Amino acid sequence: MNNTTSGSGLPPRHISFDILRYNPQDPATAPRMQTYRIEDADSMTLFIALNEIREHQDPTLQFDFVCRAGICGSCAMMVNGRPQLACRTLTRNLPDVTTLAPLPFFELIGDLSVNTGKWMRGMSERLQTWVHTLEPAPDLRKIEARMNPDLAEQIYELDRCVECGCCVAACGTAQMRQDFVGAVGFGQIARFRLDPRDVRNDEDYYALIGDDTGVFGCMSLLACHDVCPKSLPLQTQIAFLRRKMAVA
Amino acid sequence: MKTVVTDVLVIGGGLAGLRMAIAARSRGHEAIVLSLVPPKRSHSAAAQGGMQAALANVTRGMGDNEDVHFEDTVRGSDWGADQIVARMFVNTAPKAARELAAWGTPWSRVRGGEREVIINEERVTLAERVDAHGLIAQRDFGGTKKWRTCYVSDGTGHAMLFTVSAHAISLGIDVHERCEALALIHDGERCYGAVVRNLITGELTAYLSRATALATGGAGRLYRVTTNAVICEGMGHALALETGVAALGNMEAIQFHPTGIFPAGILVTEGCRGDGGLLRDVDGHRFMPDYEPEKKELASRDVVSRRMEEHIRAGHGVSSRFGPHLWLDITLLGRRHIEHNLREVKEICESFLGIDPAEQWIPVRPAQHYTMGGVRTRPTGESPWLRGLFAAGEAACWDLHGFNRLGGNSVAETVVAGMIVGEYIADFCDKAENRVPLPVTLGEEFVKREAARLEALLGHSGKENAFHLCAEMQEIMTHHVGIFRQADALQAGIGRLQRLLQRSRDIGLTSKTWGANADLVAAYRLRRMLKLAITIAHGACQRTESRGAHFREDFPRRNDQDWLKRTLAFWPDDDAVLPRLDYEALDVKQMELPPGWRGYGAKNYVEHPDTPARQAEVEAIRTQMSDSDRFAVQHALMPYADKLPSACEGKNERLEEPLEE
Repeated sequence: MNNTTSGSGLPPRHISFDILRYNPQDPATAPRMQTYRIEDADSMTLFIALNEIREHQDPTLQFDFVCRAGICGSCAMMVNGRPQLACRTLTRNLPDVTTLAPLPFFELIGDLSVNTGKWMRGMSERLQTWVHTLEPAPDLRKIEARMNPDLAEQIYELDRCVECGCCVAACGTAQMRQDFVGAVGFGQIARFRLDPRDVRNDEDYYALIGDDTGVFGCMSLLACHDVCPKSLPLQTQIAFLRRKMAVA
Repeated sequence: MKTVVTDVLVIGGGLAGLRMAIAARSRGHEAIVLSLVPPKRSHSAAAQGGMQAALANVTRGMGDNEDVHFEDTVRGSDWGADQIVARMFVNTAPKAARELAAWGTPWSRVRGGEREVIINEERVTLAERVDAHGLIAQRDFGGTKKWRTCYVSDGTGHAMLFTVSAHAISLGIDVHERCEALALIHDGERCYGAVVRNLITGELTAYLSRATALATGGAGRLYRVTTNAVICEGMGHALALETGVAALGNMEAIQFHPTGIFPAGILVTEGCRGDGGLLRDVDGHRFMPDYEPEKKELASRDVVSRRMEEHIRAGHGVSSRFGPHLWLDITLLGRRHIEHNLREVKEICESFLGIDPAEQWIPVRPAQHYTMGGVRTRPTGESPWLRGLFAAGEAACWDLHGFNRLGGNSVAETVVAGMIVGEYIADFCDKAENRVPLPVTLGEEFVKREAARLEALLGHSGKENAFHLCAEMQEIMTHHVGIFRQADALQAGIGRLQRLLQRSRDIGLTSKTWGANADLVAAYRLRRMLKLAITIAHGACQRTESRGAHFREDFPRRNDQDWLKRTLAFWPDDDAVLPRLDYEALDVKQMELPPGWRGYGAKNYVEHPDTPARQAEVEAIRTQMSDSDRFAVQHALMPYADKLPSACEGKNERLEEPLEE
């Protein structure tokens, strides 16, 4: 399906990508824009387009894809200035000239590849994003503890985060302070706060996010909410957390 | 030269790898996990529909237990599975699901009272037991007698992976991300770790370990159309094969999933059919009942995929410019169900097809989905040929799935095998005989060898292009080693793959960088992928029968007399262009469930000479013990309890089966 033309009988459209190139591993190079031109095709995504460029035009181009199905969060990048998942971006929805850049804020690996994994691990360690329990390990032979079905669904709603980094890349506060935990961090705190298996209380959460690097650093610009590819209810969750933390 | 020393080196950061690391760490051993990508991005996250565990919480799961799960799994495998391993698995699966529940997985839960579901095109009211309210829910899946598949909406793998990853972080387990193992360090008898390349800097490091565990997932990217993530290139399989000592098992057993969206091959879950979705043809006709009156859309995956291709061949496909396809219809499930229980499916349809699956049918066609074959291990997960080398999950062949894996059994296997093999790894590290000094010099030699190979690749100005050769390999595998196989096409395919392997020695790289270099990565992986592709094709060509997902048009019958055996592939000579195949017979006389008809698919097989006697023996034991409980009968038929590590022992409680104190 790589080399197909549109079905309408019209001449195929060509699409140009202006890509921000920089390899920090190579001190001799400087950041620059480089343009690649390919023929558009039916149901082509940025995953297909960038691989075609790499396989046929420039094998040095760096980018990250894993699932190419919108579920793993690897491929977030700035597409015409907006952070989004590249694999889910259909080229037919892009203008004739499209600018691609790596997500800001995260450590640059090279070209469109950034180290979201490293940052997310740090965030997880800092906010301790796991179920905290005082119970000894349960007897796995016995019937599991019950959970309200609606609550389970609410937790999953927040658990759907794929840690792609779009919310942080779009965040006004994160542009100014590198130590901001971002909407992804708030979303996870909200998730564990909701989870009855986690024994932490609001004072514990206050200790984690009750300052300007946390929930009080948020300026309520809420681009995070607008760009989240999983449509997580970040706006509500941040507002709710801030109210809870203010009284904690 | 840099050397890293650890007790346990786990290669692969998906569910199986992380769970093994957790087991080792919890027993006091240091574990390092290597991962090509941040672990939460592993392909485990792509499991949508669920995990099989016989909890019997929902009404339609009542009466389910380990025995039923065991039989479903063995029938699904077309009797290729190791029945001891299947027993170990079904007894541990409920524990694994419950462990995940304790660690935080937001399992979808049973809602007591009446609810409406779609079964066989009809709206049916099911009454869920009030005393099951709040327990883990199960949905229906293919090839199962009971509703057994535990799920988190249709993001089960994602939720499980985030839970297990969070738990690994809480234990402080180090994950070295964007690192790739290039070779196992071994002396022909014992494995001591791996040569590891940092994918950002290109730096090579010797990781020396007492135990090394492969959990690198499948090899779907050998095929052009696959549901697999781009990192599923079979590199763990290749690491083992390239030792020349360890064997791969049943590599010809490749699963094609019935519902890859067409033409991209992105998966939509079996849960669509489990929840009542239908397959339709060009006329909108629901064709599966014509072929499989009993299980219909919910026969095992190999059967449904073959029936779909058969129906397309009969001219009932929907034509499109990319070729023919069929339809998956979930509109009858209703918008509310889709938006709550099939939300990933909905997102995928919107993003990649631009359709609303609550209103429109989804174009589908079978796509490569799962690698049943893998690094051949004992039930403990250890390679019989290389001490200290373990494997678990899709990369392994301990052999739970035989020639066809049931939906919901793979993501279950990741955590179950992670628990079991992880315990055996810890046992291994505990033993004084395995506290051997780690061979620093050997590690250095392996690093030098790999460095020289990379330098040779970078320095060679050949005329071949790795990306193009790879695309050619994927075409060959799709056309010659796909759902329908026959001798001529397989022979031709092997010849073409061998020529590609020879051409791969003349790859010229455009990019000569030692560090991040996609061209270089494609080149060194390609040679390994070609070896695997040849191994699959050769095994498929030699196996002159049809079993599970391996279907030979020229030998359409399952032949237990000649082929109730597992293929073993060795690649002792690096310059060879064909593996050495060997076979390991399955012992019918030890089987709890002797070979028979699966209950779906063709009722047509050649019996093994030992089957009638074993069948009579099994029936006699069952009659004799008709007053005994099911555990005693099982034990009399095929004892396995001594194979389970103590952490995984014990009966599983159910509402209908309280634990006796």
